[in-house]
Amino acid sequence: MARQDAIPGTRRMSGTVGLALLSVLAGVLLGVGGYTFFYAEGLSYLSSDPAACVNCHIMRTQFESWQKGSHHAVAKCIDCHLPHDFVGKYVAKAENGYHHSRGFTFQDFHEPIMIKPKNAAILQANCLACHGDLVHELVGGVNGEPGEVQCVHCHSAVGHGETTGLGGPERADEIEGNAS
Amino acid sequence: MSKFQKGMSLAAIIGLVLVVGVATAAVTALLMNISERKTEAKTPFVRLVEVDEDTTDPAKWGVNWPRQFDSYQRTAITTRTRFGGHGGSEAMPDEKIERDPWLKRMFLGYAFSIDYRDRRGHAYMLTDQEQTQRLTKPQSGSCLHCHASIMPLYRELGGGDAMKGFAESYKFSYQDLNKKLHESGHGHPVSCVDCHDPQTMKLRVTRPGFINGIQALAASDAPLPHLPSVEQWRAGSRAQPYDPNVDGTRTEMRSYVCGQCHVEYYCSTKMPLTFPWGKGLRASDTEKFWNETKFPDGEQFFDYKHAESGARILKAQHPEFELWSQGVHARSGVACADCHMPYMRDGATKVSDHWVRSPLLNVNRACQTCHHFSEEEIAARVDQIQQRNYDLMQRGGTAIVALLDAIQAAKQAGATDEQLADALEFQRKAQWRLDFIAAENSMGFHAPQEAAMVLGEALDYARQGELAALRFAAPQVAQAAAQAR
Repeated sequence: MARQDAIPGTRRMSGTVGLALLSVLAGVLLGVGGYTFFYAEGLSYLSSDPAACVNCHIMRTQFESWQKGSHHAVAKCIDCHLPHDFVGKYVAKAENGYHHSRGFTFQDFHEPIMIKPKNAAILQANCLACHGDLVHELVGGVNGEPGEVQCVHCHSAVGHGETTGLGGPERADEIEGNAS
Repeated sequence: MSKFQKGMSLAAIIGLVLVVGVATAAVTALLMNISERKTEAKTPFVRLVEVDEDTTDPAKWGVNWPRQFDSYQRTAITTRTRFGGHGGSEAMPDEKIERDPWLKRMFLGYAFSIDYRDRRGHAYMLTDQEQTQRLTKPQSGSCLHCHASIMPLYRELGGGDAMKGFAESYKFSYQDLNKKLHESGHGHPVSCVDCHDPQTMKLRVTRPGFINGIQALAASDAPLPHLPSVEQWRAGSRAQPYDPNVDGTRTEMRSYVCGQCHVEYYCSTKMPLTFPWGKGLRASDTEKFWNETKFPDGEQFFDYKHAESGARILKAQHPEFELWSQGVHARSGVACADCHMPYMRDGATKVSDHWVRSPLLNVNRACQTCHHFSEEEIAARVDQIQQRNYDLMQRGGTAIVALLDAIQAAKQAGATDEQLADALEFQRKAQWRLDFIAAENSMGFHAPQEAAMVLGEALDYARQGELAALRFAAPQVAQAAAQAR
């Protein structure tokens, strides 16, 4: 019967249309998503280039002050701020990346930005990764005891220069051409 | 396939369409957000209207620089801290002279004993000045130097030369110059053009009082470790006078623009507005400058004669720039704007907050950029400094009242002006110092040790004056005691 024949035909039709529709939608999502990833320079976050850290502008002050810190020639952002082992590094990247993009998108974070305890522990471990041999008499363990003094408590200027606000105590005899 | 199954697969398709649709919308929103931030980072401003030296209306500048204008407008908002800002109604802040009666006693014979209220924000500087009861006494046109966007009017008065116009302005009564200001269309409180070059947006100073004052300061030999460009100028040939707009560093300019007004000055009818910086910036330096200043008629400088004692008093006006200069923040290269107009982020753009206010209302941006402690800890440290300054200052108020009482008693006992000369000189010294810290708007925070030293001197001079007066009041005191027996 014509009517009974029509049903399987429609079914096939609706299945094909549905599949096509889904493919288009998935394609749109993939395209927009892919372009967003590209536009947001998503791949750069897999690199170790400090420029990637200023993609989203919040870190500009930190980036610029790092260039003035004594460690800028020997350590990039990730050398101090991410674990050095492969898995730990990518876990920390993912976790911080999530917090940073959520914060920057919704604009709801405390300013100025301050390091959290978990990241401070990573930082301390990285100080010791290079300087551990020199200070093993002073520091208990890699992550230390809770409340144990952190290297940067005293050596706060090594990473990001002197914290003299935005000006700096430039003295007359430091200004070029005024040597006397 | 049953009807049920068909319904299910249709629902699944619709569900999937919805999920993918929402996901796509979210990703697109994120894309737009990223795009906005990127644009913000690239385009600090768009010059839509032209502004020039005569554009005193901040709203016009606000078209080009909406973010700065937006925060500038917030200076109309009432703010309070423990020691600053105002109680009282929205319409009128509280009278300081009612809260601290020793202030009123100190100012007897001067218009500040009539009306002296808590401060309001920049937005009110002109209206508050137009409404004060101090205007019931004759006031000079000089006062508009710092309460209005007055540079075009100075140029008009001086035939194009602002410095010349400024030199004439003290001869006008306040009311006359104020009328001219409004007629010329420049009746605005401090405005963008007062601190910014309209072409380049660069910070610059415009106020003649400041330019004269800083030139005299540079030419002096007062140590100024916090102003390196002055020391650099001093080491040079000195062929040209020190010019803050040419010689000043960017950091210094971020304090100089505030120093155009937040200073001690003379502002009355006998001579042009004067910043007393020719011997340095400390309270004792400024006192020395005033003591050596003579009015055009040859008389020694004073602001008013005290109505009770007859002493020739120096009145201090809010010397914020001077006290800041003695503190550790100035010495470390921290400018006024670093704490009072800290940088803030708006999206991906960095703007200087033009809602000029107490850093205590903005501890995270103002302090935590350098001081890595919790906001509560920082606020508690400031509170401790200010409380101690307040306590010492109140002690000074008590001492001044005791001095004035002693002088009155001596007068009643028949002491002559000659006999009281020492006591009156001590009153002048003590009041100058007490007022220097009381009128200053940081409750000692700008330089805690300097503030304590100035207050300590005030206390000492007040008590020395009291002793000097009591020598002549003593016979009467003894008599009164004898009669009481």
